[in-house]
Amino acid sequence: MSERGSFMKGMILGGVFCLVLSLLGSFSPITESKMEDHHHHHVKAASKDELQQLSESRLQELNDQLQISCVIMVQPKNLVYWAAALDTWTKHCDKAEFYTSESSKALEAIDLNEKDDWVRLRKALKHAYENAGDIRWFFVAQPSTFAIIENLKYLVLTKNPEQPFYLGKTVKSGELEYVEFNGGIVLSYEALKRLVNVFQDENKCPERQSALWKLSEDKQLAVCLKFTGVFAENGEDVHGKGLFNSRSVDSLISESMDQNPNNVVKGCCSDMAVTFSSMSPNQMQVMMFGVYRLRPYGHDFHDILTFYPPKGSDND
Amino acid sequence: MTGPKNLESRTKHVKATWGKHCHKVLYMSSVKTDFPTVELNVSEGRENLYWKTIRALQYIHQHHLDGANWFLKADDDTYVVVENLKYILSKFDPEKPLYMGRRFRPFISQGYMSGGAGYVLSKEALRRFVKGFHTGECTHFSTIEDMALGKCMETMKVEPVDTRDMKGRQTFHPYPLDHYVIRRQRRPRPWHMIYDYYPPIEGPNCCSDLVVSFHYIYAVQQYMLEYLTYHLRPYGYIYRFRPDESVEVDNKTNKGA
Repeated sequence: MSERGSFMKGMILGGVFCLVLSLLGSFSPITESKMEDHHHHHVKAASKDELQQLSESRLQELNDQLQISCVIMVQPKNLVYWAAALDTWTKHCDKAEFYTSESSKALEAIDLNEKDDWVRLRKALKHAYENAGDIRWFFVAQPSTFAIIENLKYLVLTKNPEQPFYLGKTVKSGELEYVEFNGGIVLSYEALKRLVNVFQDENKCPERQSALWKLSEDKQLAVCLKFTGVFAENGEDVHGKGLFNSRSVDSLISESMDQNPNNVVKGCCSDMAVTFSSMSPNQMQVMMFGVYRLRPYGHDFHDILTFYPPKGSDND
Repeated sequence: MTGPKNLESRTKHVKATWGKHCHKVLYMSSVKTDFPTVELNVSEGRENLYWKTIRALQYIHQHHLDGANWFLKADDDTYVVVENLKYILSKFDPEKPLYMGRRFRPFISQGYMSGGAGYVLSKEALRRFVKGFHTGECTHFSTIEDMALGKCMETMKVEPVDTRDMKGRQTFHPYPLDHYVIRRQRRPRPWHMIYDYYPPIEGPNCCSDLVVSFHYIYAVQQYMLEYLTYHLRPYGYIYRFRPDESVEVDNKTNKGA
């Protein structure tokens, strides 16, 4: 009798315990949503005050060391975009490497000979890491994204690349917060190092996914990085406005005309925006002029950093 | 220059963007409204465009001559960077009979300025235009506004000015930016390039950094140009073209020489 009694006690205790746990579990979404605010990471550009506190020599040091390695994932089927990226914004990267799924007779790139988007991205990132040299910041993009590298440098200027940074336009999908590929992905050296290491762990970061669970490569990236303790953070200007955009300027302005009809331009996009996406090759040529040349006479900015135009380029 | 049909779809956006940068802006129409618009005693329509312009200039001469030195005529689908226009004008004397814009070669021997790209009359040029219609030296001999006005300018001995920048790049444009700046394969020249008084250039050297105007700019594009001109910029970037400095950024060494 006592055995059965203990068994019954155990069952009841276990059952009650289980019930209590599940009740607590049902409470957690509420506490989690409060916690979400704390977990939603932002990385803001340095304010003018913060920059002014830096000594001249430190600023010069930072300016000289601040180099971006651009990793551009191309495919021959997107040849016009590939050519546009080559002729426009990528000229402003300190290093720009194009990685293709298969070789093209028209343009040169590192041929990864790989059809799977996620595997290709892994290979490209590993290659970029192994060939980093002195460069400590990596910007990963597709050729339909237009980037202003100077503004990216401004964003990461005071951030230490020996710390893990994984920045861009963040989006939440269920529990996972990730950086949208469309808006460009920024990785510090430390983040990339951890990523390349976790690539070796087939449990945490498998190379080939089953067809059932196939996530897009930007989500996969977030999953793998999360295992190494690196979380997606939204890149913002000093006012908290997003710097990475997964849409074109036209699209964002149109939306602002609907939402802020009396303040269209200011209600739209940051003055220091880093990326816009879904840009056609022609729109990219227009952006080169609009960003690097068009300006009103007499507006001078006393910027703390200095970036010179790239050699051998005529559209900026 | 606008009309009742366009106030909501076009002129509203001009008013919200570059209109704000003018010392004074007048919206000319056939109907008076609280926009506010000035009523000219002319009907709407392309065939009345030159009459409308004549009446507008006469109105300004009568009511606003002392309010400014330079008078810009633009359309409700033109976008103007007013600071860059002022920069060009600052080098000239408004008491001289001068006329600025995108110079076209045909029809008028000294050339005439494209209407769509916007044109500017100096104070003296405006006086002479009005005088010309008063004495009969200038008449409404054609409905083609820009060409006809150019004829009057020539008759009244108003000088056309070369508004290209120090590097020979155009500042006034009768089409949007993408018509010029994009590198294209060689093809038969579009009409507007055949009309150009100065040799036309396509690709990045088409247009000055200190651009003055574009035409056929509607709604979204008005705000887009406003954003690109006055807001979005590359932090810390040293522009290649710096007209105030005697030294330009040297492409080879990548540093100022």
